Amino acid sequence: MTDQVISPAPRQADLDSEKRPLNLSRRSFVIAAASVAGGGLSVGFHVPALADNTPAAGNQEVNAWVVVKPDDSCVIRVVRAEMGQGTHTGLAQLVAEELDCDWARVSVQQITAGQNLARNRVWLNMSTGGSRGIRESQEYVRQGGAAAKIVLLQAASNLFGVPVAELSVTKGVIYHAQTGRQVSYGQVAEAASLLPAPDVKTIKLKSPKDWKLAGQPLKRLDTAMKVNGRLKYAVDVKLPGMVYAAIKACPVFGGKLKSFDDAQIKTLRGVKAVLAVDDNAVAVIADNWWRAKEALNALPIVWDEGENRQITSESIRTNIEEGLTSNNNVFADTNKGDADEAISKAHKRIDATYITPFVSHACIEPMNCTALITKDKAEVWVPSQNAEAALAELAKSTGLELSKCEVYNQYLGTGFGRRGGFQDYVRQAALIGKQMMGTPVKLLWTREEDLTHDFYRPIGHCKMSAGLDKEGNLVGMQIRVSGHSINAYSAPHNIKDGKDRRQLQGFWMEPHDAQYGYTVPNLKIEYAMRNSHVPVGAWRGVNTNQNGLYSECFMEEVVHAAGKDSLEFRRALLKNHPKHLGVLNAVAEKAGWGKPTSPGVYRGLAQFMGYGSYTAAVAEVSIKGNEVKIHKLVLATNCGHAVNQRMIAAQVEGSVAYALDTLQSEVTIKEGRVVQSNFDTYPIARLKQMPHIETVIAPSFDFWGGVGEPTICVVAPAILNAIYKARGTPIRNLPLKNSGLKIV
Amino acid sequence: MIQLNINGQDQQVDVEPEMPLLWVLRDTLGMTGTKFGCGIAQCGACTVHLNGQPVRSCSYPVSAAVGQKVVTIEGLSTDSTHPVQEAWLELDVPQCGYCQSGQIMAASALLAKIPKPTDKDIDEAMTNICRCGTYQRIRAAIHRAAETGKGIGSVIHYMADGHETTTIDSQSTFNA
Repeated sequence: MTDQVISPAPRQADLDSEKRPLNLSRRSFVIAAASVAGGGLSVGFHVPALADNTPAAGNQEVNAWVVVKPDDSCVIRVVRAEMGQGTHTGLAQLVAEELDCDWARVSVQQITAGQNLARNRVWLNMSTGGSRGIRESQEYVRQGGAAAKIVLLQAASNLFGVPVAELSVTKGVIYHAQTGRQVSYGQVAEAASLLPAPDVKTIKLKSPKDWKLAGQPLKRLDTAMKVNGRLKYAVDVKLPGMVYAAIKACPVFGGKLKSFDDAQIKTLRGVKAVLAVDDNAVAVIADNWWRAKEALNALPIVWDEGENRQITSESIRTNIEEGLTSNNNVFADTNKGDADEAISKAHKRIDATYITPFVSHACIEPMNCTALITKDKAEVWVPSQNAEAALAELAKSTGLELSKCEVYNQYLGTGFGRRGGFQDYVRQAALIGKQMMGTPVKLLWTREEDLTHDFYRPIGHCKMSAGLDKEGNLVGMQIRVSGHSINAYSAPHNIKDGKDRRQLQGFWMEPHDAQYGYTVPNLKIEYAMRNSHVPVGAWRGVNTNQNGLYSECFMEEVVHAAGKDSLEFRRALLKNHPKHLGVLNAVAEKAGWGKPTSPGVYRGLAQFMGYGSYTAAVAEVSIKGNEVKIHKLVLATNCGHAVNQRMIAAQVEGSVAYALDTLQSEVTIKEGRVVQSNFDTYPIARLKQMPHIETVIAPSFDFWGGVGEPTICVVAPAILNAIYKARGTPIRNLPLKNSGLKIV
Repeated sequence: MIQLNINGQDQQVDVEPEMPLLWVLRDTLGMTGTKFGCGIAQCGACTVHLNGQPVRSCSYPVSAAVGQKVVTIEGLSTDSTHPVQEAWLELDVPQCGYCQSGQIMAASALLAKIPKPTDKDIDEAMTNICRCGTYQRIRAAIHRAAETGKGIGSVIHYMADGHETTTIDSQSTFNA
């Protein structure tokens, strides 16, 4: 592999096909906000989709997705962000599969937001979240690969003077068997670029069962530069004359900057400026970042903390607890039969309330953005999950037209939803850049700033009741979720008639996305919105994580009360939903459910659905004193089509580490601000805590599901259910330290 | 002026003695392979070698590095052929990759000290944070680099159509 295999978005537009600049005014876009799960904010441009798929004349661009160079190297364009999830490699596999090019000669090029805009969004949606990278791009990128192959074959047909039907392709070489002639893609690419693009309706995609490149556990394309330190992340950008910014926003959410006294620090070595940013932050600019940060720490700042200073975790929880029993501002998303009566008349009744705290994304690459603003151009280098949202924020913050803005999105040091819905770091960098006109400024947050100014996974409580008949059958269930709404903070227009269904993700009755799998004769599922002043957002897995935990941990309590087997009880309830049942059976088989464990080792089980995929888990756990050891996790997923098993396994393995946050991490609020400030007070899973992980991929080849998120929601409940088996009492109040336990 | 020896090269830097080595590397010398993650020696993204010992450079004053041999990810090998880098490539360890410079420096220091580490040795030495959760492959790659014959990488049961089961261990390699 060479360094050329990957190319983050370049600064200079190297696409010479920008033949139709749109000169859109700022009025021509809206921040539309997406309702899709896990996505958060996206940008809706009022321009037609798939407007212009024909390449400019006289270049190697076969179409928007495919460039074949004279040396036969093949560049596949992508617009989704790469934050470790492997989407760039997976999308390239899908294009290359249809194109029939030589995989060894494939590289990936990331398109900028400005390039996408200038070509009427020919590359469509750049937003990368909600486990959508593959499943919502697969059709049009495969069509792009197939369309490129069609015109390449036509060009060869024209060259040889033979019908296309007599041609065949192997690894980017076109053969005419009858005459023994051959020509490579690179030799006909320019001619192909002049041909009309085929009508997309005439393109027949390959059946996934015939795939040779897609559907294979290929290695990632972007590994080489990640083992030698040469991959440049946004935090590594260096521009001529660049200066560095450190920033502090008001520690109390909603508070304002009152004043600062820069007399003491403006003469410190390297300090160039001390600036107010928006109405709530102050930045120090210096000739290196450490000097900026040190000077900022020495800067006396007066904040107007406002009324939110009174808020604590306790006051937030009191409000949420009220929602568990209140009749006000509550809606029932499902109300089948009469759950109240069924439970009250049941032979046995089970009640429990579960509590999950705020948690932080803690992206390993802290928030950062490098901006260069001049009076007629605004450019940023950024790690964003949505380069178009960054572009919109840049235009808004600078007052420049969209066409005068550009976003060079870089490889992300993780995203997890933090860098998708909100482009706050872009806004700050742009506002600093405006005050440093013509000088490039790299804004980098400290870890402390990052942990205390996140958009947190919201706090939530869930009160559940169930009734069993004499035979131990489940006759009724009530589920009442109370807590902070993500939509209320980020996309209030997605709340219809006061009903925020997104908070019940995974408890939905409708199929395909996040369907509740159990059939319960009398079932009531409700949500009580109880918001706080804390900013909340999509946190990898979003509401499926908490809802999966509530559902599966409580189901285990019901199983226990019924005196039945965890697997058999769930199997009976899932009989109407074969895909849910399928992954449960797969995980049970591979984990050896029912077979003896080592002495002192207990198993726990969970299944749930999110992001269009079905997942299930079996955990093996032992407890010594207050120490929990997680020995093994077997995790099954049916994501419909499996584009790359190796990368699916990487996402599943990574989901385990991320899910441990749910068990051991917690953000708390005191005096209106976050208490935890760094990894000494906010624990992150370490290598020694990790179990042995086995991934079971059980695709059913009849839908496209997500991969990056859906596994997380079954990890924590499977572990908790194993702990329940070991201790005999359930854990209802997270994190584990509230029960005197820690993961070792 | 502070005299440093970095990746075998003598360098002079005009910085405050208390400036952390990390920021001298990144901002003064432009060597950005070493990463910033927390600033308090908790995450290990900034790990470099000082006389062969792994050190968290975000919390290490540059003046303390004087007279020591500093090795960064850029100097571990010139062509990614250090056994740890080769194992990382072979097992496709990185996801986002941001922490991997630090992980590789920590792993190479471990192997220099303990050529055939046990799982317990790995547990104790590898305290760096990987937010993507590549830990299982990190463990396997260290065993691979050490040629201990131990350590399971990814275990994948592929149940296509609910019938055939293929168990894939990432210690095998796949090429199209």
